[in-house]
Amino acid sequence: MRLEPRTETGLGLKLAAPLAAIAVSFIVAALLVLIGGASPFAVFAAVIKGAAGTQFALLETLTRATPLIFTGLAAAVAFRARLWNIGGEAQLYAGAILCVVLGTGALPLPAPVLLPMIAAAGFLAGALLLLGPTVLKTRFGVDEVVTTLLINFIMVLFVSLLLDGPLKDPMGLGWPQSKKVIADAVWPKLVQGKRLHWGFVLAILAACAVWFINARTTFGYEMRAVGFNARAARFAGIPVNWVMAKTALLSGGLAALAGVSEVAGLKGNLTLDLSPGFGYAGIVVAMLAALHPLGVVAAAIFVAAMFVGADAMSRSVGVPNYIANVMVATALLTMVAAMLFTRFRLRRG
Amino acid sequence: MEAIEILFTASLWAAAIRIASPLILATLGELICERAGVLNLGIEGIMTVGAFAGWVAVYHGADLWTGLAIAALAGAAFGLLHGFMTVPLGLSQHVTGIGITLLATSLTYYAYRLAFPEVTSPPKIEPFAPFEIPGLSQIPFFGEALFRQTPLTYLAFLAVALVAYVLYRTPIGLAVRTVGENPAAVEAQGIDVTWLRMGAVAVGSAFMALGGAFLTMSAFNSFYFDMVNGRGWICIALVVFGSWRPGKALLGAILFAAFDAYQLRLQQLAGAYVPYQVFLMLPYILSILALIAMSRRAGYPRALMIAYRKGER
Amino acid sequence: MSSEIAPLQDPAEVVLRLSGITKRFGPLLANDAITFDLHRGEVLALLGENGAGKTTLMNILFGHYVADEGSISVFGAALPPGSPKAALAHGIGMVHQHFTLADNLTVLENVMLGTEPLWRPAARQAEGRRKLAELSEAFGLAVRPDARVADHSVGERQRVEILKALYRDARILILDEPTAVLTPQEAEALFDTLQKLVARGLAIIFISHKLHEVMAVSRRVLVLRQGKLVAERVTAETDRHELAELMVGRPIPEPKVEPVPLSDALLDLAGVSVADEKSGRPLLADASLTLQGGEILGIAGVSGNGQSTLADLVSGMVAPAAGKVALFGQEIRFFDPTRMVSYGIARIPEDRHAQGLVADLTLEENLISARYREAPFSRRGLIDWKAARDFAKRVIADYDVRCPGPQAVTRLLSGGNMQKLILGREMAQGPRIILANQPSRGLDIGAVSYVHGRLLAARGQGAGILLISEDLDELLALSDRVVVMYRGRISAPLLRGQVNIRDLGLMMAGHGFPQGNSGGEGSHAA
Repeated sequence: MRLEPRTETGLGLKLAAPLAAIAVSFIVAALLVLIGGASPFAVFAAVIKGAAGTQFALLETLTRATPLIFTGLAAAVAFRARLWNIGGEAQLYAGAILCVVLGTGALPLPAPVLLPMIAAAGFLAGALLLLGPTVLKTRFGVDEVVTTLLINFIMVLFVSLLLDGPLKDPMGLGWPQSKKVIADAVWPKLVQGKRLHWGFVLAILAACAVWFINARTTFGYEMRAVGFNARAARFAGIPVNWVMAKTALLSGGLAALAGVSEVAGLKGNLTLDLSPGFGYAGIVVAMLAALHPLGVVAAAIFVAAMFVGADAMSRSVGVPNYIANVMVATALLTMVAAMLFTRFRLRRG
Repeated sequence: MEAIEILFTASLWAAAIRIASPLILATLGELICERAGVLNLGIEGIMTVGAFAGWVAVYHGADLWTGLAIAALAGAAFGLLHGFMTVPLGLSQHVTGIGITLLATSLTYYAYRLAFPEVTSPPKIEPFAPFEIPGLSQIPFFGEALFRQTPLTYLAFLAVALVAYVLYRTPIGLAVRTVGENPAAVEAQGIDVTWLRMGAVAVGSAFMALGGAFLTMSAFNSFYFDMVNGRGWICIALVVFGSWRPGKALLGAILFAAFDAYQLRLQQLAGAYVPYQVFLMLPYILSILALIAMSRRAGYPRALMIAYRKGER
Repeated sequence: MSSEIAPLQDPAEVVLRLSGITKRFGPLLANDAITFDLHRGEVLALLGENGAGKTTLMNILFGHYVADEGSISVFGAALPPGSPKAALAHGIGMVHQHFTLADNLTVLENVMLGTEPLWRPAARQAEGRRKLAELSEAFGLAVRPDARVADHSVGERQRVEILKALYRDARILILDEPTAVLTPQEAEALFDTLQKLVARGLAIIFISHKLHEVMAVSRRVLVLRQGKLVAERVTAETDRHELAELMVGRPIPEPKVEPVPLSDALLDLAGVSVADEKSGRPLLADASLTLQGGEILGIAGVSGNGQSTLADLVSGMVAPAAGKVALFGQEIRFFDPTRMVSYGIARIPEDRHAQGLVADLTLEENLISARYREAPFSRRGLIDWKAARDFAKRVIADYDVRCPGPQAVTRLLSGGNMQKLILGREMAQGPRIILANQPSRGLDIGAVSYVHGRLLAARGQGAGILLISEDLDELLALSDRVVVMYRGRISAPLLRGQVNIRDLGLMMAGHGFPQGNSGGEGSHAA
């Protein structure tokens, strides 16, 4: 058995990969549900209903998709340059911290000034947080996967430390949470009375911006070249280390915006459970989208649908909602394998 | 000063050895994988699977050693999946590993919730009891530190010697070391690279699962969420820190665990002045520093993370 | 130069028979119904240009590939396909073109790998060491068993490869382009070794594209061309010209090197030293050379003696620690690839895949790789893809690059077309200095001829060309002057009329260079 490169890959084949990933994840989930003693049909029906069956469900899915678009973009941008940013969680919290530090009254500014300022500050915090491991990689050859992962753990503890101390909400009855952000720092809702907020629009805009950067700018070209073959890029005169640094700034900043979005748009304050793994889910989103920025939006909505639907299903049918995590992980692995077959075909001998 | 005195107590070192045991086993596992040229980022998930599988087997009536065997098999199964994707298919070792961790962890949590849907406090088993080695355990200081541990700790130490022996003194160990340096050399001598690498990853993953099982079957007596808590990533740093050699990895793990045990005791002294989170952060920070210190990477397997496509010359 | 070829002991004994071996890679027919015999005690040369199918055929024999049709029998027994293990068990050994050694392990470990059952609980090192010493002694192949392979020179590593095969009791030995990395003197020593092996009854298949070697060492020659076995000759009954014609199938024009007026010095290195970033070892030591317009300066030397560093220096990848580099009379202080390109230096790197091109980018993306930041390809950070595409179309047409189009992925191109693409990219600016590093490596004769033609044309227009090549024939055919590099030092230049292969070979082995202070990238020679 041999793998032989294909001469061309049609769009049909490229779309088949994520579809195969989704299909396999459904099959695996069905098996697990059967083992659990429930009916796969009942489960899937409940998931779909919980994700999009009502207007409320649909809006909830889009709300859950918002941070996933940001972390998905962060992972897609980084992975394209072969920068393995697994630190989305930490960068998200960095953005959230800055949002709370600046937005709970320290800066009594009107919304049109305060909102962009907080977003920019959050972006910068996440950007700088990823810069550290990236420099360690380019200068010292330290694997960024491990360093970004370890920083995730450090950051969660740091947030806990802040919530016990300087950021503690004096009116919080002892729960570890921060003060609420002031009205001028809140991102307005898109639909009155529902939870969907302007963060969703910003996320879509961010996806378009990333698409534009990739397709039209010199920076996008540099990231592509460096990601495919850093040695040849260096030979051509592309400043590889500088490109990596810029990539890190963009990626970290995008993930941080997820944190700003969750605080300023949805929760209103910082808590320890702000992110139920959005950073890691972002990686799956990016891979399902084959690192394409516009695909990230679709993949994020799909993954959000899985989680929202599974939560609802778990309440009604009783199958553990971890089934969604299993599906997402299965989809990731299948997608990676499927992408291979879009580039190669299997041959005898 | 009391802070310095603690360093010389046998109880500190006994705790260090105990804390080191899961790290030793899991680090050995990762070391075997990487020596064969495969980075296994599934370690965190495989440790979780090992912790759950062994424990749940014992909960359902198996004896402890059978539980360990089941944990090892579960680890090996995930290892084979990782090996299949990264060796014959040659997929990105980074992404596959992260995917394995996500899959293994989520499957474990799903299974746990399915098996114990309504518990608020996790059910307990009877773990390995400390076994005092007659004679040796009476030696002052070393007796308490080294020889009053559970059998699983003794197993971990034996494993270091076994892995070192196999790697350096047996034909199969030579093959494993070579396939991580230059797979073409192995193929040219008539050994199948795919089976060798996949086998190494499976065996390494079994060791990782045993490391996880230590947590539920020796250190504590029940399984709870986020139990592994980043130990897998720390072990990746320990492999680098130990220059991919079993003996040095052992020393690294003990050093690390000693530091962890020390900060636990420091917390009791200084807890009023320094938030406890700072102490908890220290192991992760130390791991990053260890990686930077060893960054010149003397001795890393040359073919690590490079996929081998048969016939591509 | 040629060693005495001993007459065959037992001319009738056939030790190996290939029958009708056919192999396809997609639409490419790499081997077409090849049939031949190998006799005990003979050296059989497999001659053909790059891409003729020689290595594929031997890879099938050794079990790396499986033939689509045909069969092989060894000492009368059928050889199971696709298994190096089976080939080894039947007495076939192979010295690969790219050594199959683990550099970080010792010689003994490399030799013993796979020779013992994998489940044996303890390796029998003492026995292994003894057997290796006996073989080493018997065939005059000196190695250091407990030293790492990385600490051996290239010539020594080849000896380890041969010992590996002998250790496994090979009766048939395949050598794939063994002299590509050796000095002429080391190649002589290899031929002596082959005679010793043959005297002991081994049969040898020797793959080469070098005519003089084939004439010197073989008893019979098989000529492959585009996958077919086109001729079989007894070496004593043929000559270089006939073989050359058979190999290529058409008369090859010899490159015509006409005298061209020289201009002032374009590039001047004076006492340049470059040290390795990590270890501080000297890669280039007190190196000096001058390149004038209208000449080709050939740089000879066994790889690892500083040529890569010299190429990196001129490419702008490294900066000198000492000495002066002047371009067009002006001293250069800052070294980076973009700057060098802007000064008008064209760089053809030695490794198309690793350095020259990003295989997963499209052709047009690769063509702008050095100049994407300037007009007309970009403005204010945005790339003008139309300008890039137009440029790509021009290059593809001018340089006859066979491809689906400018938006095709570069990976799909053949080696020759990739090299033409690189040439087109580099020469498009009308460069005054061209650095050509192994420009014809791995190319078929047609592509080689094209590359040489372009280089000579540039020379005719007044450009100065630094030609780094391991192929002495190429160097001597094209260069106006030749220098030799050894351990990071550069010799005084020799004029084309003054130089012959033997002298070059001696210089490549170190004659005439000051002793001590070893530089260069490679490990230290024995």
